Amino acid sequence: MTPASSTASAAHGASGGPPPADDPASPPPLRKLYRSAEGRMLGGVARGLAGHLGLPVSWVRIVFVALVVTHGLGVLLYAGFWFVVPLGTGGVDATRKTGPAPRPGPRLAATGEGVTGEGDRGHRGTGGSGRGGTGKARLRVRKPDKGQLFAVLALLVCAGVLAENLQFGQINTYLWPVLLIGLGVVLVWRQADDARRSHWAAVSRRRGLLPIARSAAGVVLVAAGVSGIVLVQGSARYLGPVLQAALAVLVGVALLAGPYLVRMMQDLSEERLMRIRAQERAEVAAHVHDSVLHTLTLIQRNADDAREVARLARAQERELRNWLYKPQGDGKDENEKPRTLAEAVKATAAEVEDHHGVPIEVVCVGDCPLDERLDAQIQAAREAMVNAAKYGGEGGAVQVFAEVEGRTVFVSVRDRGPGFDLDSVPGDRMGVRESVIGRMQRHGGTARLRSSPGEGTEVELEMERAAQS
Amino acid sequence: MVLVDDHRMFRAGVQAEIGRTESTGVDVVGEAGDVEQAVSVITATRPEVVLLDVHLPGGGGVEVLRRSASMMSGADSPVRFLALSVSDAAEDVIGVIRGGARGYVTKTITGADLVDAIFRVSDGDAVFSPRLAGFVLDAFASTDAPPVDEDLDRLTQREREVLRLIARGYAYKEVAKQLFISVKTVESHVSAVLRKLQLSNRHELTRWAAARRLV
Repeated sequence: MTPASSTASAAHGASGGPPPADDPASPPPLRKLYRSAEGRMLGGVARGLAGHLGLPVSWVRIVFVALVVTHGLGVLLYAGFWFVVPLGTGGVDATRKTGPAPRPGPRLAATGEGVTGEGDRGHRGTGGSGRGGTGKARLRVRKPDKGQLFAVLALLVCAGVLAENLQFGQINTYLWPVLLIGLGVVLVWRQADDARRSHWAAVSRRRGLLPIARSAAGVVLVAAGVSGIVLVQGSARYLGPVLQAALAVLVGVALLAGPYLVRMMQDLSEERLMRIRAQERAEVAAHVHDSVLHTLTLIQRNADDAREVARLARAQERELRNWLYKPQGDGKDENEKPRTLAEAVKATAAEVEDHHGVPIEVVCVGDCPLDERLDAQIQAAREAMVNAAKYGGEGGAVQVFAEVEGRTVFVSVRDRGPGFDLDSVPGDRMGVRESVIGRMQRHGGTARLRSSPGEGTEVELEMERAAQS
Repeated sequence: MVLVDDHRMFRAGVQAEIGRTESTGVDVVGEAGDVEQAVSVITATRPEVVLLDVHLPGGGGVEVLRRSASMMSGADSPVRFLALSVSDAAEDVIGVIRGGARGYVTKTITGADLVDAIFRVSDGDAVFSPRLAGFVLDAFASTDAPPVDEDLDRLTQREREVLRLIARGYAYKEVAKQLFISVKTVESHVSAVLRKLQLSNRHELTRWAAARRLV
């Protein structure tokens, strides 16, 4: 199996989950059974089953417990599900309870699918070192599930115990060892599940003591249980030599297969790295194609219209900067509502720039969250920018400066246009008087306007912000 | 002066715009496209001013500054650097200024302004773009923490006023007019700010810089 196809299956598993069943007209989609990663008690089997069957979780749990009483069948079933069914997100939630009752056919198919998926994972389990969760769904790589081996082991043991129980009814002698083994296996599996889930969720993995302690405790418990069974069978004398021999065999196998395994592991992680790189490259290429190439085409088409060309170039420059320099910027959230003053000023400037085709240079010092008064100030600043762009745009870029100092927020808008004589502006001109000065005064701020012919115009807006934060 | 930029097209553009010595007074004596070239050209020609791109193959403008440090302080004819960049990212700008550049302008600057800036730098003055003034104000933003070195770690009221006006887009001449001081005084204020920026190890500045992944 190629790594690419394994990623595909992993991605399917990660992003899948039963599609919403709100369309009764379409044929019922193949629903896949997942174990639930949220709100689970052990492996999430009951919760996943409940989500799949459309039943309350408690019912499923009760059925499992009831089955445990009848010769431990419940444990066996639970372990089987845990082993076979992949971990998914979701489980029981309100929207999915309304889904149609599953029919036996699809459900069998679904379980079968789960088994093949597991086969994939078993193969991958030999390789991945579990690095490089990049937070993108496509790149999510599952951590190899070391619990799988234990799962097989425990299944065999459980089956053997069950068969023996049915035949001879010697429950008492084996009860404690089996309990120990079961407990250990549960611990180890739970640990493996958690590791995988945290990997999916791209949570920064804490390499604390707790996970290791949990795994170790599980292993010790299982070992104790197995030894117990051996003891009960009366071969205590040989326990020491047997353990030594087993250890020797394990070491031998590790020595023989070790280099090969390490090599394979390295190859796989290298391959994955290449894949991630290729994917990132593709993403960058897609972005460049979507934005830059399109803009260049537009510019060529509008080559005669200098103003339009400048506008396009500025808009593209802004977007590209946003994409390049924002910490995790996707560069496409210009439509999102800004939350802080600096963001708001920049967004407003970008808007005016787009609309009037005059470059606006923004300098921000300090930042603070927006409040109602600052919203008004931004509106006033916007009006000032529009005026500057309209009447003063020929003189070069409009300069916008925003500063937060303590509780005072200061914004200035300056253009290098022809300027005008303040007294010559008629009193009924709405623009400056109403929307800039009036707006600021209504919200408790001040606005000053400075202009003289030949030296451009500057609007200063000052506002006390509501609360210190 | 020497022009250092890794984009041939940009070098040609600047050359065409300001390189006509008789009209602009600027004489381009050398060009370079990467750090190695830049250092050797600068060493060979000893220009008055180096127009230095922040982003260069081989370590960036900061590397050029580091390797030319001895020439900057030369007594007879010091080489002065004017940083030039498209990036406008705070870490790049403050990085080159702390590396020893005497000023910073963006590549969108007009030819006339660039010539003006070059002469200003060659006279030993500092050149602050509005953007750089904003960064500096941000970096020296008043906090309650006591300064380690009173002289270096705090901008005077006057320096803040000057920077604020520059950030608002005022030319030096306009700043002078606004504050009723001479252009020379404005220049000395800006140079003082530049010195503080380069020498201060005030912890806000370093923290500010660290937050933007420099130092």
